[in-house]
Amino acid sequence: MKKILFIFALFVSLQSCESVKEYQKSKINDTEMALTAKKTEKFENTFQLYREASSGANGGKTGGGCGCN
Amino acid sequence: MKKRIITAAFLAFLFSQQSKAQTDTINSGYKKQKLKIEEINFVSSYYTQNGDNSAVTGGVGTEKLTDIATNFEVLLSKKDSKNNIHSFDVNVGIDSYTSASSDKIDPSTVSSASYQDIRVYPSVNYNFENVEKRYALNAGLSFSAEFDYTSIGANVGYTKTSKDKNREFSVKGMAFFDTWKVILPIEIRNNPTDNDANHLDTKPRTSYNLGLTLSQVINKNFQMAFLADFGYQEGLLATKFNRVYFDDLSVRSEKLPSTRFKIPLGVRANYYLNDRIILRTFYRYYYDNWNINSHTVSIEPSIKLTPFSSLSLPYRYYMQSAAKYFDAINQHQLTDEYYTSDYDLSKFSSNMIGLGYHLTDSDKGIFHIKRIHSLEMRYGYYTRNNGLSSHIITLALQFK
Repeated sequence: MKKILFIFALFVSLQSCESVKEYQKSKINDTEMALTAKKTEKFENTFQLYREASSGANGGKTGGGCGCN
Repeated sequence: MKKRIITAAFLAFLFSQQSKAQTDTINSGYKKQKLKIEEINFVSSYYTQNGDNSAVTGGVGTEKLTDIATNFEVLLSKKDSKNNIHSFDVNVGIDSYTSASSDKIDPSTVSSASYQDIRVYPSVNYNFENVEKRYALNAGLSFSAEFDYTSIGANVGYTKTSKDKNREFSVKGMAFFDTWKVILPIEIRNNPTDNDANHLDTKPRTSYNLGLTLSQVINKNFQMAFLADFGYQEGLLATKFNRVYFDDLSVRSEKLPSTRFKIPLGVRANYYLNDRIILRTFYRYYYDNWNINSHTVSIEPSIKLTPFSSLSLPYRYYMQSAAKYFDAINQHQLTDEYYTSDYDLSKFSSNMIGLGYHLTDSDKGIFHIKRIHSLEMRYGYYTRNNGLSSHIITLALQFK
């Protein structure tokens, strides 16, 4: 796990922040690039919340309904 | 058939209202713009699982469960005279499930092989966006009801976007006020094993969440989001129909502390590798005061087949430590203050692989139906190293 985090941190540090103009955002605005869960992940996130002890920070359900089955 | 006719009539009504709103806008001008429908989303999924660690029967026994979930969402918006955008998100969800383990709470009263229930959860959210000053305010209400559980939720949020629109910060507060109707296992209904609750008592559970998100465009191909979702729960957090068998073979109802504090921290990073491949990645670290630590990693390469369609191959790995109150059947001691044999709170790791397909065509529409703007399908196969496995298939349609 630490190796994955290190590689990820290294990759991020190699990318420099640029001021990207609106007309340069054709790739950033691609639907697959959205920084949110997809519509089809909605129920996947819900069952993962029920079957695992963790929740939150993924745009999924964080409350409402017991999930006790 | 009747449901289909009602759904078709409802959609026809919504679209006729949309056309009317657009006509009114043209005739009466900018200031009198009415609400118009931006999009309608329909999402439906079928989920099935099996395993041999049911919490109802003390950590042994079937966990067979099926769930059909459907969600219907309508997004409406309008601009006011100052060019501010007002948006409404109206949502209704219905889950229908059968759970074999729920039969075991009181086997004598259930005639079928599985216990059934339906959960209904409507919600409404309002968003105000000041385009000139680059901020948004939002608020919402939600409700959820099933046989033994109701939940009322409220949320408020604030979003601020940077001048160059490359950075965005948002904060969101949520509160859920839930009520349990306590159901105890049949053999201890007349003799509860703790002071938490008696059979058919109503008990509260309250959850508070504070979510913080910072998203940043790194360059033309790469953007990231950092997420934190602090959570606090109080009230009846144990599921009282779950059994726990002790080392002297006696049985009690699950007992857990009345408070829980959660800290999940996540990061999303999406990279446009080239004109054919986009990489979606996610990592989350989670800690709570029941001593659960977890790591979640997911990666999803998305491959563009044509300008309008793509195929994705999601993979997710998850691992968690056990809650300090968990033990297997016949392992708990009578001196334990809190106890559970729910394997969702045990130490395990899981893998999920899947396949997704996305088709969009705003000109011709999907299947040459102009109103259907996009179609998305996704399948996932999930396995846990303690034997539980599941399948989920989801269909999402977007109408505009």
